Amino acid sequence: MPGPLYIALIPLLPLITFAIISLVGNRYFPKFTGILGTTSLAISATISLFTAWQYFFVEGSVNGVYQQIISFKYTWLEFSPNVSIDMGALLDPISVMMIVVVTFVSLMVHIYSLGYMKGEERFSTYYAFLSLFTFSMLGLVLSSNIFQIYIFWELVGVSSYLLIGFYFDKPSAVAASKKAFIVTRFADLGFLVGILLLAFHAETLDFQTLIQRLSTPGDYLNGIISASFLGVSALTWGLVLVFIGGAGKSAMFPLHVWLPDAMEGPTPVSALIHAATMVVAGVFLVARLFPIFAMSCPVALDIVACVGVFSSLFAAIIACTQTDIKRVLAYSTMSQIGYMMFALGVSEYGENGLGYMASMFHLFTHAMFKALLFLGAGAVIHYVHSNEMKDMGGLRKFMPITHITFLIACLAIAGIPPFAGFFSKEEILTAAFHSNKLIFGLAVTTAAITAFYMFRLYFSIFWKSEHHPHHGDDHHGEGPKTMLIPLLVLGLLSIVAGFAPFHHLVTSDGHPLHTEFHLLFAAGPVLLAIIAIIVAMVMYKKESALPGKISEGLKSIYQAAYRKFYIDEIYLFVTKGIIFNLIGRPSAWIDRNIVDGFMNMMATVTENFSDTIKPIQSGKLQLYAVWFFAGLMGMVLLFIYLWA
Amino acid sequence: MGSEVFILMKSEWALMGIIFLLLFLKVTETIKDNTALFRLTNVLLLLNFVFGFFCNSKGELFSGMYITNDVLVLEKNILNFGTLLISLLSCEWTKTHKNLAEFYILLLSTLLGMFYMLSANHFLMFYLGLELSTIPLAALANFDQDKVKSSEAAVKMALSSAFASGVTLFGISMVYGSMGTLNFAEVPELLNWGPLQIMAFLFLFAGFAFKLSAVPFHLWTADVYEGSPVPVTAYLSVISKGAMVFVLLNVLYNVFRGYEGIWFQVLFITIIVTIIVGNLFALRQENIKRFLAFSSIAQVGYILLGICSGNAGGAAATLYFIIVYIFSNLGAFTVVALVSAKTGKENINDYRGFYASNPALGWVMALSLFSLAGVPPTAGFFGKMFLVTAGASTGSYILVSIAALNMVVSLYYYLRVVKAMFVEKSDAPIEKLSFGMAPKVAMAICVIGIVTIGFAGCLLEYITNLFQ
Repeated sequence: MPGPLYIALIPLLPLITFAIISLVGNRYFPKFTGILGTTSLAISATISLFTAWQYFFVEGSVNGVYQQIISFKYTWLEFSPNVSIDMGALLDPISVMMIVVVTFVSLMVHIYSLGYMKGEERFSTYYAFLSLFTFSMLGLVLSSNIFQIYIFWELVGVSSYLLIGFYFDKPSAVAASKKAFIVTRFADLGFLVGILLLAFHAETLDFQTLIQRLSTPGDYLNGIISASFLGVSALTWGLVLVFIGGAGKSAMFPLHVWLPDAMEGPTPVSALIHAATMVVAGVFLVARLFPIFAMSCPVALDIVACVGVFSSLFAAIIACTQTDIKRVLAYSTMSQIGYMMFALGVSEYGENGLGYMASMFHLFTHAMFKALLFLGAGAVIHYVHSNEMKDMGGLRKFMPITHITFLIACLAIAGIPPFAGFFSKEEILTAAFHSNKLIFGLAVTTAAITAFYMFRLYFSIFWKSEHHPHHGDDHHGEGPKTMLIPLLVLGLLSIVAGFAPFHHLVTSDGHPLHTEFHLLFAAGPVLLAIIAIIVAMVMYKKESALPGKISEGLKSIYQAAYRKFYIDEIYLFVTKGIIFNLIGRPSAWIDRNIVDGFMNMMATVTENFSDTIKPIQSGKLQLYAVWFFAGLMGMVLLFIYLWA
Repeated sequence: MGSEVFILMKSEWALMGIIFLLLFLKVTETIKDNTALFRLTNVLLLLNFVFGFFCNSKGELFSGMYITNDVLVLEKNILNFGTLLISLLSCEWTKTHKNLAEFYILLLSTLLGMFYMLSANHFLMFYLGLELSTIPLAALANFDQDKVKSSEAAVKMALSSAFASGVTLFGISMVYGSMGTLNFAEVPELLNWGPLQIMAFLFLFAGFAFKLSAVPFHLWTADVYEGSPVPVTAYLSVISKGAMVFVLLNVLYNVFRGYEGIWFQVLFITIIVTIIVGNLFALRQENIKRFLAFSSIAQVGYILLGICSGNAGGAAATLYFIIVYIFSNLGAFTVVALVSAKTGKENINDYRGFYASNPALGWVMALSLFSLAGVPPTAGFFGKMFLVTAGASTGSYILVSIAALNMVVSLYYYLRVVKAMFVEKSDAPIEKLSFGMAPKVAMAICVIGIVTIGFAGCLLEYITNLFQ
């Protein structure tokens, strides 16, 4: 069933904008580029919303089951009749939801940046990069072909690299962008190998065919299961490798090290890329291949669950000790994505697919409140010109709107009803409870810690005593309207997004899901969260010695968490100490002396030979004719007398 | 016959119309201004190119001596397009010449000859076309009449062509002697593997190899390329060669198909020596036109690699590569033509610091050279990839690995020019050049072609379908 072609406009508009801004806009109308980017994205977002409405409520479902619709497909490179790289758009509940999230959050960020980045020297470059990123991300979520998703995956990586390193005169920003690029590159290598492995056995790159072949019993499935390496089946290897790719982009332990550093980019970028869209690409990828995970390879799904829940708890603990507000948010992002991951991990396909639905639901609500948190943090940073908590305090008087919206977002992420986060988190916890009690326990703990550190952040910024330098002069307390509108819109959505009927719309097999709501079950985690909030209030609402005492008391743990459990140091030791010294240096020697030596020898031989045959090109016409004739006669001799 | 003569031969009629129009203008001296004539001719050439896409049909004329079909129409369109580009890039050069009308008359006459050669279905027709496409070229090579080198080029061109024509004609006479016919359609049934026929084939092949400047029939190339005016050099290295490749494709695939066993071996040897010698000589050239001459010799080796596969995929890859080659080579030649016309400088060392003074031209040149070297993601990469894939389909991995190794060598000398332009400093760099619209259009087309063609899968698909 072919879908509407206007879907193509959704990713193409940002691409065209990128081209216009970078080719002509930069030079001829730099001031206007922000408006241009915002307008084109607004159109794109409108089309996305229209698409979503069409898909979910008009024509997407047949007999109440949501179908996968190939909107268009263009064969780009054909290797054989079965295997080709296509460029296309695949519409199904998750991709439709994702285009709405991506265009919407991106639009908010575009509008917000009009104010935030105003007067920035490379303003139009910034908008060009934003457009490029949005295009890549939309291409990624719409992919109909596993290789297409890989291409856009890399594009997303590149544009993220460009945006993190936007302030390229800051060494820390350059280092951070490099780190993000290299770490995700390692993960992408796994992804690529995984793709090749799956595609090799399924003999296709097309998503629908691939999933169909590998999730239903048959020759293809038997083939990939019986092929094994190191005692593990090729299917498990393929899926785990693909998951490694996803874990790299989604900052799952131990590939999370780039995310906190990526906060060196402009804050709106963090809101877009490192909170709402790009980092959930890994979750999206697992969800895209979910039928294979769930029906053919539960082991891989268990790995997803374990990594997810561990990352979630791990990041939450670190977040409690960080003092840079963007880093706190970065770790909380990692923690929430861990939530989405393990929700997928504990889910099954079909009727028991609560976790899948909950994960997508949380992805959706998280995008709203996390973007809001980052944009709010951006407003605060814009005001106090610092990322450190100690430079803030008492800001509620100066930035009332930011304060209220930030509070809404904190309540949402803490899972307090009736805010958005409550509903999705509750679904996740239910799913975990029915699947694995240990994961459930860890998840509840994480939820409590989350509430604690979010309110630690909230009270430190908006309450406490005032430390910031601008006392009362109120020269730009709230920032311009362009910054406030996105805050208000997202604030509103963070309140109401939880009422979206996700169990009808986004499920693993397209059938509506029947869910029950148990008041008593929901009450527990909420109660824990409220207690955590009260603890945070006691500790951080006013200046008090209590936090200092506690961190003193738990000194070793506190220090370890503050130093992010030394993961960076371990990486540094492995790369510098082991890889550079034991592998890098010897191979450098081989390269210099043996490889280069061989190449130099080749060059010398080539040059000498060239000298030898130089006299042939003498400039004398008679000699040319002689060579001509000699060549001809040589061939005649060869073919008539010798060869025949 | 009636109107068929006009419909089937429409590309030739169009060219003849332009030639006679120019001749008329020349004789009556209606247009004295070079600029006006240049514009008029370019508009005519553009119309001619556009016209090539309409009213096409298949069929034969003159008792089967002349044929036309979809592939031939495409090939003629490609040549028309290349000629238009060359005309555009010669803009600055034409300003200094009195006899511009003659230049175009001669140029289009050779193109007309190539069209006849392409459409030939008979050795006599082929030979007529060959002569028509060769003799005016010698006059063109001499177009810079005040330069000794130009005259030298013309003489060398004329004499070597005469020699090669003699060999070709000898080959044709042997064909007639052993088969009693010169009709392409009848030859395949009469192939009997006799020595006379094999010799006939080898003589004919030598004639082709001469025009293609395949080693060892290439020796005229460097001197002629160096001495000729830049547009003529560009024409020789792109259009003349492209036409010859198309004819060779036709002759090998359709006429001498029965000798595939032999021509594969012949091509095998030719490819290896051509690629190696072309590359080795290109390494040491100082004059940029000679450098491009030898690089184009090496490129021919790669083209032959596509041809030697003997299947439809190889033919499609060859045609595709010619298109890519037109864009890449003419991109480089546009820059060379501008520099040569404006400053008279033609050495690679003169290009030191070129990027600093002319960044846009530097980029065009670099991009073209990258494409010639086959660096991804330029069109040249895809072109070479398809050629090598076609070559690999013969199962001859020696050939493919030699070709691949030589691509590395070629990268060195292409980058040498890029390095001179971008990295090296010069005391007397080429100053900032100012030039008209025409070369800009030519460069824009080349750049767009180089960047986009590799990703346009539909082009190769279209060509492949033609050969099915």
